[in-house]
Amino acid sequence: MNIHEWLKNNTFHYRQFWDLKHLVAEKEKRGLRVSLCIPTLNEEKTIGKEVIVFRSELMTRYPLVDELAVIDSGSTDKTREVAAQFGADVYLASDILPEAGEKRGKGENLWKAIYQLTGDIIVYIDADIKNIRPHFVYGLVAPLIYRPEIKYVKAFYERPLAAANGVRPIGGGRVTEILIRPLFSLFFPDLAGLIQPLSGEYAVRRDVLEQLPFPIGYGVETSHLIDVYKKWGLQAIAQTDLDQRVHRNQPTRDLGKMAFGILQTFLSRARRMGIVGNLPELGTVLRQFQVQGDEYKIQEFDLHEEERPPMIEMPAYRRRRGLDG
Amino acid sequence: MAKKKFQEILDRLPALLSQAGSCVPALLSNLVLIGEIPSPTFGEERRVRFISDRFAENGLVSGSVDEKGNAVAVLPGGRGDRSILLVAHADTGAPANVDHTILIEPGQVTGPGVANNSLGVAVLAALPHFLEEMDVALDANLIFLAASRNLARGNLEGLRFFLQNNSQPVDAGICIQGTQLGHLSIQSLAMMRGEITCTVPEEYNWTRFQATGAIRTINEVINRINEIPLPNKPRSNIAFGSINGGSGFHRVARHAVLRFEVRSEDDAMIRKIVRQIRDICEDVSSQKESRIDLDVFAERKAGGIPFAHPLSRRARKILEILEVPPRVSPSTSEIFAFIERGIPALSLGISTGESLAFPDERVDVPPMAAGMAQLAALLLAIDGGFCDEHP
Repeated sequence: MNIHEWLKNNTFHYRQFWDLKHLVAEKEKRGLRVSLCIPTLNEEKTIGKEVIVFRSELMTRYPLVDELAVIDSGSTDKTREVAAQFGADVYLASDILPEAGEKRGKGENLWKAIYQLTGDIIVYIDADIKNIRPHFVYGLVAPLIYRPEIKYVKAFYERPLAAANGVRPIGGGRVTEILIRPLFSLFFPDLAGLIQPLSGEYAVRRDVLEQLPFPIGYGVETSHLIDVYKKWGLQAIAQTDLDQRVHRNQPTRDLGKMAFGILQTFLSRARRMGIVGNLPELGTVLRQFQVQGDEYKIQEFDLHEEERPPMIEMPAYRRRRGLDG
Repeated sequence: MAKKKFQEILDRLPALLSQAGSCVPALLSNLVLIGEIPSPTFGEERRVRFISDRFAENGLVSGSVDEKGNAVAVLPGGRGDRSILLVAHADTGAPANVDHTILIEPGQVTGPGVANNSLGVAVLAALPHFLEEMDVALDANLIFLAASRNLARGNLEGLRFFLQNNSQPVDAGICIQGTQLGHLSIQSLAMMRGEITCTVPEEYNWTRFQATGAIRTINEVINRINEIPLPNKPRSNIAFGSINGGSGFHRVARHAVLRFEVRSEDDAMIRKIVRQIRDICEDVSSQKESRIDLDVFAERKAGGIPFAHPLSRRARKILEILEVPPRVSPSTSEIFAFIERGIPALSLGISTGESLAFPDERVDVPPMAAGMAQLAALLLAIDGGFCDEHP
């Protein structure tokens, strides 16, 4: 499958899956179980709405989701209390798989979700979405239910401001267009077909997730795409247009940290795969600047992208899932 | 016999309240999904389309969006020989360009238009499902109407159009408002709503001594209106709702608009006050060399059902059993459209709330169960004939 065929066959719009009754029937026919995971860190303002909408629409009204879990990184606000009050299963990441220790980062929560949750499909949705809608979940889960060969479905958000029939450019955010797409175009041209490779919303089959190593920081989305592509091919990946996502915008300096972390992950993968050679030991310190009066000051941030091993290698997971016979 | 049966409905209220409580999460979800779709008056299409889809998903029949932009659908009754119209207006006072994000916290929901009237229309959209959950089955047909073009210049256009053109006779009406729980409106005040626009002509000589501009002229109009004597009986008042004008700090304004509403218990008093306002506009205009236009675009006549009407009595009794103090007061809401067609109707609220018409408009979550139980019980009472004048 080349990138043009892929774009045509594996790119969806959530509206294609409007018939939720049919989707639920198909899920049940295939005997699939769906878990929804919302990773959180101080999201008390938005978590209540996400939980209430997903529970009411996708568990009570249409039983598409079998399990709704919030996995929290240790919020200091009322995130866990609010989520539990509205009916989510709430876990503190540090309480899951305690023998593996505790690391800080969104990827850590996503990784631990594989251990904690029970679904054959796990869908991850960020907690900071202001305009949450049920299609954020069903638009990602549906291709996995209807198309067994698809294993990993990524969200993108494309909503024209005005209806237009002409050609117009679309794409991702600043880090995607300045860093990721050029990198993918250089090293993995097929993956450049993903419109928003860094979006935090995606649905994945468990038998894929458990085989993926997990960077716990900014690099988790990039590494997933590379690893799924190398192991299962482009045809295993799909993307769904979810229309519009309203969320907090990040300042450019924060995007710099994100780009630094992603680049660390990307280069270490590229080295491991043997597609780049003779790289020196990679630094872990990002330098940014500030000025006070006439004096310029360097700010140093030590950003080390740690990585969790594939969950299937964890003995506790193998025991929990009965994988050792 | 009838008395005993109404008592049965009252006896059922604790169970209805408990069942309604389990419906609150679904109501909040509907409130988010509906309330985050901007729906200014004359711009309700997206919200109405969503509600129409919800009606269909909930098994209502004969669903459509009519030419005035109302979403309408029917839940057929067991016998279908009577019809009750449930209406909630789909428009809000929040402009489309305002951030419509709704914030849900334990105990309260905040966002533009949540009380007036996203909560009301969320109840309407979800009610077929709630009635099923509450095991409420009626003999009468229930007509669900999410009415467009209701507020401000809309002047109840959607509801009036429906009542004028609907082929099915309506026996009773309930207007669902987001707030306030306990308030019952059974009578309409006489009302006139309008705009006074002051425009200073292009050729105006600004170098003239005492050149004033539109804002001062409007101010003079306001001062003169304030001098109109308002009687205590019939009770009457004039509300200045908003004033807009000018474009900065130092430029003298060429344009100013005053929006106002006159209310009274008596139609003749409204006509008299409006005549006086018209005279004031003409007088000030002649003195100031400014053009002053009075545009009256909404009018209501006083009327409604009496306090002792069975519909009012039953509604009050239901609230008392729910331990919500009933408060009956006249309004200028949708009930006027029923009144002008001689259909008994009342307006009721679902919850309590604050900051109405502000971006931080808020509704409280805990009273919602009582609001929905009230509605279910009242439907049972109307369906049982306990609200008819001669049962």
